[in-house]
Amino acid sequence: MLPIHLAIIFPFLTALIILLFLRRFKKIHLGWLVLIVPTILFIQLSTYIPKIASGQTFRNEMSWIPTFDINFLTNMDGLSLIFGLLITGIGTLVILYSIYYLATDPNVVQFYIYLLLFMGSMLGVVFSDHLMVLYVFWELTSISSFLLIAYWYQRKGSRYGAKKALHITVIGGFFMLVGFLMLHHLTGTFQISEMITQADTWKNDPLLTWIIVFVLIGAFTKSAQFPFHIWLPDAMEAPTPISAYLHSATMVKAGIYIVARFTPIFGGETIWFLLVSIIGLLTLFWGAFTAIRQTDLKALLAYSTVSQLGLIMTLFGVGSLSFHPQFSLEGTLYTQAIFAALFHLMNHSTFKGALFMIVGIIDYQIGTRDLRRLGGLASFMPISFTIAMIGSFSMAGLPPFNGFLSKEMFFTSMLQLKEMNIASITSLQTMATFFPIIAWLASVFTFIYCMMIVFQTFFGPFKIQNEEEAKEPSFGMLIPPIILGSLVVFVFFFPNILGDHIIKPAIYSIYPNVTADMIGSISQWHGFNTELKMTIGIIVLGTIIYVYLTYFKKVYIVFPRALSFDALYNNTLDKLDIYANKITNFYMTGYLRDYIAFIFSFFTVLLLGVFFYVDAFAFSIEGDATINIFAWILVGSIIIAGMTILFASSRMTAIIVNGYIGFAIAMFFVLFRAPDLALTQLVVETVTTALFLLCFYFLPEWEKEKPARKTKITNIIIAISVGVTFTLIALSVKSGRLFESISTYFEKSEELTGAKNIVNTVLGDFRAFDTMLEVIVLFIAGIGVYTLIKYKDKVEVKHDENE
Amino acid sequence: MEFIIAILAGVLFATGVYNLLQKQLLRIAIGTGLISHAAHLFILTMGKLKRGQPPIIVDNITNYTDPLPHALILTSIVISFGVTSVVLVLAYRTINENKTDNMEQLRGNEYE
Repeated sequence: MLPIHLAIIFPFLTALIILLFLRRFKKIHLGWLVLIVPTILFIQLSTYIPKIASGQTFRNEMSWIPTFDINFLTNMDGLSLIFGLLITGIGTLVILYSIYYLATDPNVVQFYIYLLLFMGSMLGVVFSDHLMVLYVFWELTSISSFLLIAYWYQRKGSRYGAKKALHITVIGGFFMLVGFLMLHHLTGTFQISEMITQADTWKNDPLLTWIIVFVLIGAFTKSAQFPFHIWLPDAMEAPTPISAYLHSATMVKAGIYIVARFTPIFGGETIWFLLVSIIGLLTLFWGAFTAIRQTDLKALLAYSTVSQLGLIMTLFGVGSLSFHPQFSLEGTLYTQAIFAALFHLMNHSTFKGALFMIVGIIDYQIGTRDLRRLGGLASFMPISFTIAMIGSFSMAGLPPFNGFLSKEMFFTSMLQLKEMNIASITSLQTMATFFPIIAWLASVFTFIYCMMIVFQTFFGPFKIQNEEEAKEPSFGMLIPPIILGSLVVFVFFFPNILGDHIIKPAIYSIYPNVTADMIGSISQWHGFNTELKMTIGIIVLGTIIYVYLTYFKKVYIVFPRALSFDALYNNTLDKLDIYANKITNFYMTGYLRDYIAFIFSFFTVLLLGVFFYVDAFAFSIEGDATINIFAWILVGSIIIAGMTILFASSRMTAIIVNGYIGFAIAMFFVLFRAPDLALTQLVVETVTTALFLLCFYFLPEWEKEKPARKTKITNIIIAISVGVTFTLIALSVKSGRLFESISTYFEKSEELTGAKNIVNTVLGDFRAFDTMLEVIVLFIAGIGVYTLIKYKDKVEVKHDENE
Repeated sequence: MEFIIAILAGVLFATGVYNLLQKQLLRIAIGTGLISHAAHLFILTMGKLKRGQPPIIVDNITNYTDPLPHALILTSIVISFGVTSVVLVLAYRTINENKTDNMEQLRGNEYE
């Protein structure tokens, strides 16, 4: 038996092998080779069914990053097995279908690599027992889905759809990651199975609400729940096998898997129940309602997927009530809801997969999937018609198809909700009344759009120009939908095979305390009860509305597209772009002056603020040296000189006065007993002044700058506040000295180095490293000056050569 | 004395910053020079302007001015000289190439 680790890695490995060795594989279609992967996996997983049904679980562990307690843990129980079987089973059929669907596509290598990546990551999601590993695979599904949606990357719609799907699912994924990290903080473990066993110990933690909200955002975005459902219809730009696989059977159920997996942990919380069931119900209704409006068959199916996912979500929400402390007594009844959810999950995968494949066939054969241009295909494509009818009627919840059974169970759960003593959850009593009503209305809409699929496509007048094309495709393309269609019927007649062997073990993995007889079995005929009356009501009302559909469609005028969530998404992106640009352009003006103003204002505010905040200003003249007359003269003259530069009328004055300041500083060095400094300063200032004078010849005439009054005042304010800050800080630092200087050590220079000039020994012996680098600075400056003068722009050189 | 020098350094800094905020390249070059003067004075002041002997060892004298700030300033003077010379040559080159020394006209356009 294949260990689960290998099952996850197998598709990735195959993708790698294809990439490395089989790129030039031309003789037969690559799909045949890829088909082996899910087939093997499906067969292997099937061998687990009896063992899982007998209550075993399989755990594997592989070390990944042990220092951070991150390990590749897998856990296979009933719940993961359902998803595993769906992924590999539908995967097999989809690949078989794609072999015919993409027979002539030149980029099929990429297609299969992405598909294998997706399959591996999806298996990783459902089998991981470690939150971080789960998250890694979760994001990998987002990425591979992104790649697959944009498979025909030359089309604008594909790129738009892919980007949208990535935006929404990745944002949701980030929320989920935050939720996971908080969960880890709360529980101290990353293992889901450990969390389940300890779920009671931290029931009342305030963090729990946030965790639930964050994790659910992740699950809702992935599973296209309201209002995050908007990416799914746009993802229909993907090739049809992808829509069938990712966007109906597997990826969109990852969120549902998360909800199911975490139900034992969060199920007892009221907010979990409220969020999951209400959002689910809303999605169910809104998806069904909007689907009727669509004219593109794939968009219609996308909205129907949204709606059906909402249905499953609602059932999981209701099912979670059995973990609620107040309802544990009535738990069995709520367990039924989970049973219904899992049952419908499998049914939905079968009939939705088949429907997508049929739509793909119609698109492939006729070249359009627009309902307004289709019609009368029943006699031309009898097999497709039959499968489409089976799929649609099952989706509508009609006998004798599996959708009927799950829909009846859905109604049962909704009705039970009302009978239960749930008044204790605030305002739930009234809510419970609405649950069955909304569910019933949504089912009416579901019925209508299912009829649209069948009757508008296959009946009515034949509108296609070219009758030659309206024929059945090659038989190979029909095999997968035929298999799925037969499953739809098979499950109706023998539902308990599925129920006993696959769904019940899954329920045990959610509710460890439940036993087989508590769930009971599915029966096709359950008496002439309320549920059946509701179904009859659906058929009656649905038929009436379908007949008068053109009148009914006027309802949609109330919901213009400009107010949809799509428009909100597009506007948000546009506005983000516009405002981010505006904000950036506001401060990135391109003017040096502005940047200098920003920098200095920022530092002034920061420094003054910090000094005020910690009350660090200090002022004392204690221990200061006395001031003599020379110093006064020098200070006064430097200040005057500085002002002169500001008001100088010619550049010559400015340069000379600047030179004067340098020499006055040298005088200060003399005054403060720093002979080396004075010498250097004199020399350097002379050279600098000479340099300035050299430039004088080339620089333009000194302009009297006349900036706007406002700019000038700002400049003055900035300059003065910088000066004041500088002075204040200098004074505070001076007045607060804590330690004696270390310079007494340098006074031993004669005995240590044999030199008498202390400054020079510091430069050349004690801290010679500085000096070395300073020499390098000068060296680099010299090279820079040389290069700047010597070398011209290459463009100019070329220009010269041309002359 | 330190008090006065601190104020002087502040004034130099303020005039330097004001020059930096101008449009002409020459003014900006002068501004950087003024700011480095201010910094040098600041370092010197922080080393205490106690009256002692110059830091050259002579027998029987124990009271020297602090040599460490002198060494730091010496390094700094040389470096700022290097930088100033590069700035000046850069200004020369800029004016040569662009025929203007007005910073507002030298503004880069990010969409070019």
